[in-house]
Amino acid sequence: MKVGVVTFPGSLDDRDAARAVRAVGAEAVSLWHGDADLKGVDAVVLPGGFSYGDYLRCGAIARFAPVMDALIPAAQGGLPVLGICNGFQVLCESHLLPGALIRNDHRKFNCVDQRLVVENASTTWTSDFEAGQEITIVLKNGEGGFVADERTLDELEGEGRVVFRYAGDNPNGSYRGIAGISNERGNIVGLMPHPEHCVEEGYGPSTDGLPFFTSVLRQVVSA
Amino acid sequence: MTAQVDRPTLDTVSHAATTPDTEQPWSELGLKPDEYAEIREIVGRRPTSAELAMYSVMWSEHCSYKSSKVHFSLWGENTTDEMREKLLVGIGENAGVVDIGDGWAVTFKVESHNHPSYVEPYQGAATGVGGIIRDIMSMGARPIAVMDPLRFGNLHHPDTQRVLPGVVAGVGGYGNCIGLPNIGGEVVFDDCYQGNPLVNALCVGAMRIEDIHLAKASGVGNKVILFGARTGGDGIGGVSVLASETFDEGGPTKRPAVQVGDPFAEKVLIECCLDLYAAHVVDGIQDLGGAGLSCATSELASNGDGGMQIELDRVPLRDASLRPEEILMSESQERMMAVVEPGKLDEFMAITDRWDVEATVLGEVTDGDHLVITWHGEVIVDVPPRSVAHEGPTYHRPLARPDYLDQLQANGTGTLARPVDGEGLKSDLLTLLGSPNLCDKSWITDQYDRYVLGNTALAMPDDAGVVRVDEETGRGVAISTDCNSRFAKLDPYTGAQLALAESYRNVATAGAVPLAVTDCLNFGSPEDPGVMWQFRESVKGIAEGCKTLGIPVTGGNVSFYNQTGDTAIHPTPVIGVLGVMDDVSRRTPSGWKAPGQVIYLLGSTRDELAGGEWAHVVHGHLGGLPPKVDLGAEQLLGDILVNASRDGLVDAAHDLSDGGLAIALAEATMRYGVGARIWLDEVCERDGIDAFTALFSESTARVVVSVPRSEEVRFTDMCTARGQVHARIGVVDDETDGLDVQGHFTVGLSAMTQVHTRTLREVFAG
Repeated sequence: MKVGVVTFPGSLDDRDAARAVRAVGAEAVSLWHGDADLKGVDAVVLPGGFSYGDYLRCGAIARFAPVMDALIPAAQGGLPVLGICNGFQVLCESHLLPGALIRNDHRKFNCVDQRLVVENASTTWTSDFEAGQEITIVLKNGEGGFVADERTLDELEGEGRVVFRYAGDNPNGSYRGIAGISNERGNIVGLMPHPEHCVEEGYGPSTDGLPFFTSVLRQVVSA
Repeated sequence: MTAQVDRPTLDTVSHAATTPDTEQPWSELGLKPDEYAEIREIVGRRPTSAELAMYSVMWSEHCSYKSSKVHFSLWGENTTDEMREKLLVGIGENAGVVDIGDGWAVTFKVESHNHPSYVEPYQGAATGVGGIIRDIMSMGARPIAVMDPLRFGNLHHPDTQRVLPGVVAGVGGYGNCIGLPNIGGEVVFDDCYQGNPLVNALCVGAMRIEDIHLAKASGVGNKVILFGARTGGDGIGGVSVLASETFDEGGPTKRPAVQVGDPFAEKVLIECCLDLYAAHVVDGIQDLGGAGLSCATSELASNGDGGMQIELDRVPLRDASLRPEEILMSESQERMMAVVEPGKLDEFMAITDRWDVEATVLGEVTDGDHLVITWHGEVIVDVPPRSVAHEGPTYHRPLARPDYLDQLQANGTGTLARPVDGEGLKSDLLTLLGSPNLCDKSWITDQYDRYVLGNTALAMPDDAGVVRVDEETGRGVAISTDCNSRFAKLDPYTGAQLALAESYRNVATAGAVPLAVTDCLNFGSPEDPGVMWQFRESVKGIAEGCKTLGIPVTGGNVSFYNQTGDTAIHPTPVIGVLGVMDDVSRRTPSGWKAPGQVIYLLGSTRDELAGGEWAHVVHGHLGGLPPKVDLGAEQLLGDILVNASRDGLVDAAHDLSDGGLAIALAEATMRYGVGARIWLDEVCERDGIDAFTALFSESTARVVVSVPRSEEVRFTDMCTARGQVHARIGVVDDETDGLDVQGHFTVGLSAMTQVHTRTLREVFAG
């Protein structure tokens, strides 16, 4: 199985995402922002970082990169896509996911080992979790506050598309403590915490990031 | 509509030759009369305004080390052949490089950005981080981590509220956005830094040994390329003096002296440079930092074997009205200069294009021996590059041991009231835990990304930052930076060695073999003989200490003039020690987790409280003689710790330094929230001290470790065989809430955590 990892100018966690892909035995394929070519991959990770320096608005410029011209229709057609942190922001800017990410309510960048509750264990990227399971994943961002209008929030809740919620204190003012969401089909998942930093014993607070990648591997292989 | 502005006439070399008596603003540019006379002698006429600008910045204290370099012979005199063996590149290049084994080389360096960070905390700190990263990049390395030793005035002073949040946001803003884990550093508060905060930045990078690059321009006909950001008017210091007489309100007048950073541009520049190195299209490379193009062109040419010709009007500008003198001086960030063979130019340009990095050929290496710079075809600079870059003035500044020192050293801690019972000991412990220098720093460190790149094995608050270099083998490095400047105030020679000893010990405590040293020497004015004496003593202390420990100084930085009026900061020689581990997954964390493990104190304790945190916090006292340095004991202890880590004999280790054993025990307990029972009688009896001294003395060469019961015999046998002083002082116990110091006091985990974590959060509200 081949998982593409997109590199935009200013992507930072692309190498980490590729490492996480390899950690579960899949092949990581580097995708370049300037090429509208998905190289035949079975899934795509939009990694964290500061694409285009976060100029204008986080993810707002990356959304117009040539690679997105290929990715957006493919994702709408069912290609599994995981957006992590800046990648989540890109997914929202691309309207592949609803809502937006705004500056943390405490106005600071915050890097912590964050407890999350897995609310939906049936998406392409979370099927190896149990619903209700508590996991610890690195959270690190300055603009991680998830916002959406009430109707959208109710819809997300009603359709089981709130995939992760922050456990304990809300770390950034996200509405309803939402840490990650999915599209209706469950093939597109975006979250602010960084599962790719939690795949190796000794190099992160947990290995709770591994099931993200084993989940997609299992789904693609069985598809 | 722009008004027509009278431009100063271009001061060409030929013009200068015919107008020898033109008044020049050399004094305003910071040059001394004899320095100006020397420049006239070197060029054989009066310098052009562009030449004067170049000499003035390159001969500044910051660039030329003119007050300090006479003392640098101490480094060479104290470096043995054995120490040189691991050294691939030494002092004088952008950063030193050491061999860490398996074909890997690591480069690291610490630098200051003190003054800009006081003027404009965010940008000052941000560009300090950016500058040191470019130094590491220019050695051919991929930067892999940063650290930041920070020192501020009184925590409760209103100006600290301005400086600290800005500095922290700047360090984080730049480092987070460029994608480098911040794995440690220091945060220290002392009134002496009130008007002179110290913002030091360290970067470490890794490369294969064959990929080391150097800053030199050689090969006649090779192209000189400027790439990265455009040149603007930022970071121009005194040079605006050159033109200001003729600029009126229609032209750019006052230039901001603090640079503005763009970490996104530098991130792209890093990846672009690494692609350029991988394609073998770079012959020589230099970053543009202090003194901008003046420095890059003269240093590249000076290090090479020929001359250099530069067409300055080709430099891409953000502000078209910049004068040539200003272009030469501009410290605009995120720029690099490369020397490239003509046959590789197309490939070079293809790579910079891929990263959307602007690259411009400015000129080429010539067979002459001069650096010649033209402006629209007219020669405005024609100088021997060595005279600019490497042969600046050297001062033998007077030095004198300060008169106040005798009195200061005579005022020991013997008369200070000490706690007399368990409650008093507990109360002092809690006071110290909440004090500005010992309190929890996560309000600051949580603003830094410590995980990016996925190789961080240890970070704050552990004793050293540890990162993996080789993903196959786990080979990696540990780094710590340290300095207690109160010790250095009491005795700069000993104080500098104490900083070295602590940093060495921290690296070994994490399980790494100490390998090399970088230093950032922060002092007051070199024109004060007392400060110069402190400087000399500190350098001597470091150099001789390094010789004893067998680890070389690979480079660093000197920052003078950290003083307000006649009052200098405490001498602050910050020491960074780098160590290597075969496999960083075996690193030792600073807190214990496993109930039942036995706690050993390694090293002996004497009554040494002068300059320590207890005297500082509880009594506001500074006087006496600092703790004794015993580098032999540090080496033995380091060996024991490294072997114990390698053989799995210890699960946790924490160095004893600020605040002594009491603080080390509290921190090791709070790290993972697992308690411990402690008994001090054996240590007190053996060392002839009381419980207070055992808990709060800052004697050196000591650590606490937790040892699995199954390994206890092997561990103590090793200590006994090697002659390492050791005593069993307790046991890790999850039934104990916090610390039970038997016979003296108990203190709960939440009581400790509460005072420890609230200090910064209260001051900076949230």
